[in-house]
Amino acid sequence: MDQLSSFLAATIRMAIPLLIAALGLLVSERSGLMNIGVEGTMLSGAFAAFSVAYYTNNYWLGMLAGMLAGCFMTLVFAVAAIKFRAPQVVIGCAINMLGSGFTAVLFRKMFFDAQTGGTQVKSFPSLQIPGLSSVPLLGETFFSHNIIVYIGILMVPAIWFLMNRTSIGTRIIAVGEHPKAADSLGINVFVTRYAAALFSGLLMGMAGAYLAIAQSNTFQVDMTGGKGYIAMAVVVLGKWRALGVLAGALIFGGANALQMTLQNAGLNIPNNLILMVPYIVTVLAVLAACKQKAIDASAKGVPYEKA
Amino acid sequence: MNVVEMHGIYKYFGSFCANKNIEFTLKQGEVHALLGENGAGKSTLMNILYGLYGHDEGHILINGEEVHMSSPSVAIQHGIGMVHQHFMLIPQLTVTQNIFLGMDKETGIVLHLKELEKRVKELNDRFGFNVEPQSLIWQIPVGVQQKVEILKVLMRNAKILILDEPTAVLTPHEVEELFTSIRMLADSGYSIILITHKMSEVMTYTDRVTVMRLGEVIGTVDVKDTTEQELAHMMVGRDVHLERQLQPQEPGKPLLELSDLHVNNDKGLPAVDGISFSVHAGEIVGIAGVDGNGQLELGEAIVGGRKIESGDVRLEGGSVSKSSIRRHLDMGLAHIPDDRLTKGLVLQFPIKQNLIMGSQRKEPFAHGLMSDNKAISKHGEKLVHDFDIRPHDPEYLAGGLSGGNQQKVILAREVSRDPKVMLAIQPTRGLDIGAIEFVRSKLVEERSKGKAVLLISTDLDEIRSLSDRILVMHGGQVMGEVGPDVAVDDLGLMMAGKRLDDMKAEAAGTVEGGAEG
Repeated sequence: MDQLSSFLAATIRMAIPLLIAALGLLVSERSGLMNIGVEGTMLSGAFAAFSVAYYTNNYWLGMLAGMLAGCFMTLVFAVAAIKFRAPQVVIGCAINMLGSGFTAVLFRKMFFDAQTGGTQVKSFPSLQIPGLSSVPLLGETFFSHNIIVYIGILMVPAIWFLMNRTSIGTRIIAVGEHPKAADSLGINVFVTRYAAALFSGLLMGMAGAYLAIAQSNTFQVDMTGGKGYIAMAVVVLGKWRALGVLAGALIFGGANALQMTLQNAGLNIPNNLILMVPYIVTVLAVLAACKQKAIDASAKGVPYEKA
Repeated sequence: MNVVEMHGIYKYFGSFCANKNIEFTLKQGEVHALLGENGAGKSTLMNILYGLYGHDEGHILINGEEVHMSSPSVAIQHGIGMVHQHFMLIPQLTVTQNIFLGMDKETGIVLHLKELEKRVKELNDRFGFNVEPQSLIWQIPVGVQQKVEILKVLMRNAKILILDEPTAVLTPHEVEELFTSIRMLADSGYSIILITHKMSEVMTYTDRVTVMRLGEVIGTVDVKDTTEQELAHMMVGRDVHLERQLQPQEPGKPLLELSDLHVNNDKGLPAVDGISFSVHAGEIVGIAGVDGNGQLELGEAIVGGRKIESGDVRLEGGSVSKSSIRRHLDMGLAHIPDDRLTKGLVLQFPIKQNLIMGSQRKEPFAHGLMSDNKAISKHGEKLVHDFDIRPHDPEYLAGGLSGGNQQKVILAREVSRDPKVMLAIQPTRGLDIGAIEFVRSKLVEERSKGKAVLLISTDLDEIRSLSDRILVMHGGQVMGEVGPDVAVDDLGLMMAGKRLDDMKAEAAGTVEGGAEG
């Protein structure tokens, strides 16, 4: 029982950064921007969150800094992709290398301490929701997480509402699907795409910040460990829908939690094989998802040029 | 009363004069056709009226008041709406979301879909449009999508509607419905401009027609006072013959035979579902059908460019169902593909190179591994003149030619290979009337030379004026075989999926019923 609930709780904890980043990427992709720089954007968010939290001793300011850093990285992406119509895959790669490189350099320069190995910050505490958190099984699984977990979950209906029930959402879908049609109706394709990119940066940065100052309390070089790429898989698996993304994130979160549980169980399997579990799940899940019809934006990755 | 008056309009693109001293008036409540060939300047004129292009001289009056049309939003403010030839709809959104897209001032940020759907329904009911407001665009047929486009314009309070080639993708039945709605709009005070090059539409459905040629207005006439011949003459500047010109001729032995052919589309779903027919020497067989019913896959399978799942294709009795495209060509197949730009030509090559593609490794164009430039040039020089490809310069790049001349290059190449079977897919799509006449006459010429011609086209006039026999395709199957004298209504029913046998049975049923009564 205890093991089950801690497995489920770990699933949710592991799923949240994927979920938040994937929701951001969903908005970006549906507007027609294929940003594969999620990994680098998340890393920047993580590093900014960690350093601001360290200097201010305030994890909320850290979170804000992480989001702004993410926003900055997607702004770089958006300017290159929208204004200069550069190939989006290439810019995404550059963003990943940039994020990985400069966070590593700055971290070593600013924080690395040979004796302790790392610097720790005050991170988001877990919130025990009164009453509910003591319910057996469910309590630990659902009601004793830090506040970012709850915010992440609430973002699922929020993004659904944004995309399906507001004129902003229909605009985003329109510029991703048929930018010329949107233009003919007086919708500014460029502004809409910039807005979508910046918004997605806020979420990717938040996901990165979560890794540094909510899930753990420190920064490590390349601490995202491929989570940005997995978030891209989550979007595919979730078929560009908020609820689907939630399901996808939980599957990968589960795979991660399973990997941890297996390691702790002390089975006679080489550790390296166990560590592979989440990545194998990624490949299998994306293959399975590709067999079905999805609603991916038709004009994704295609820069818009006004006639 | 004139709702639109355009006086002395000039429009230059660089030194090219696209509109020259145009006079155009639109009366309230009329359906006014703007007729002309590709490049005659109709779309330019309407883009000026809609504010997409500025004009260099002249002035525009809307409801008697001079307006400076600087952008589409000015046009929209003055009650002008345009339905573009290529639909401007978002497939993933619903009808209602599409109609209100970009109308934030009215809808607000949060969409109250129930309320908006009600407004769509009201507009629907007023004009008998019958569009389901909650449907997603990709789920509804093109005919209905067209109505959504019109609703979109009406919802923005347009009183003057510009429809650019609205029937290009519709079935005959949908065309009928569209014009019923257009007439209803005109009767309730809307004024409609219809850009078209189809004379039959002008004659049947419009009140007045303005004919344009080479950037000038040739004249404006009342439709009831004119004839198709007169309009064609105004359009082209000479008499044209698009009517049927087939001399009766006994077909010979079968050259192309298909038996129980099954072919899948790109998604791996059945596109051709058990088709059998044959085309004989000296006949043209037409395949009619709405785009996307397996005709394209059928054509590709016959050429050898698409895998055949089961069944057989035979050229002169020899099976080619597993052969390469090269083998098909060697066996005497010629092919005019549906898209000349991506499948018919290499645009970066000169005309002469395009003219030998498929024969490039054969004598006299090559000796062993070496190609013979002199022979290629000589061949190019000859065909450029024989087929009147303009400019008469075999070195000219294919990408710089007009659509009609590009099609002539393909036609010249395929005809000069002296094939036995000619497969022509949409051979006149997007061409103007002079080029259409040329392409059609060449196909007829091939027939009289004893070739077997298979014509796949969505243009019913073309099918009816060229074919000895017509097969109608729907959902990958043949609905029946009819002669060229078949009624358009019957063709339309078959294109919509009704089998000829069932139609005959029903007809017999009514006759019997009548006899008993």
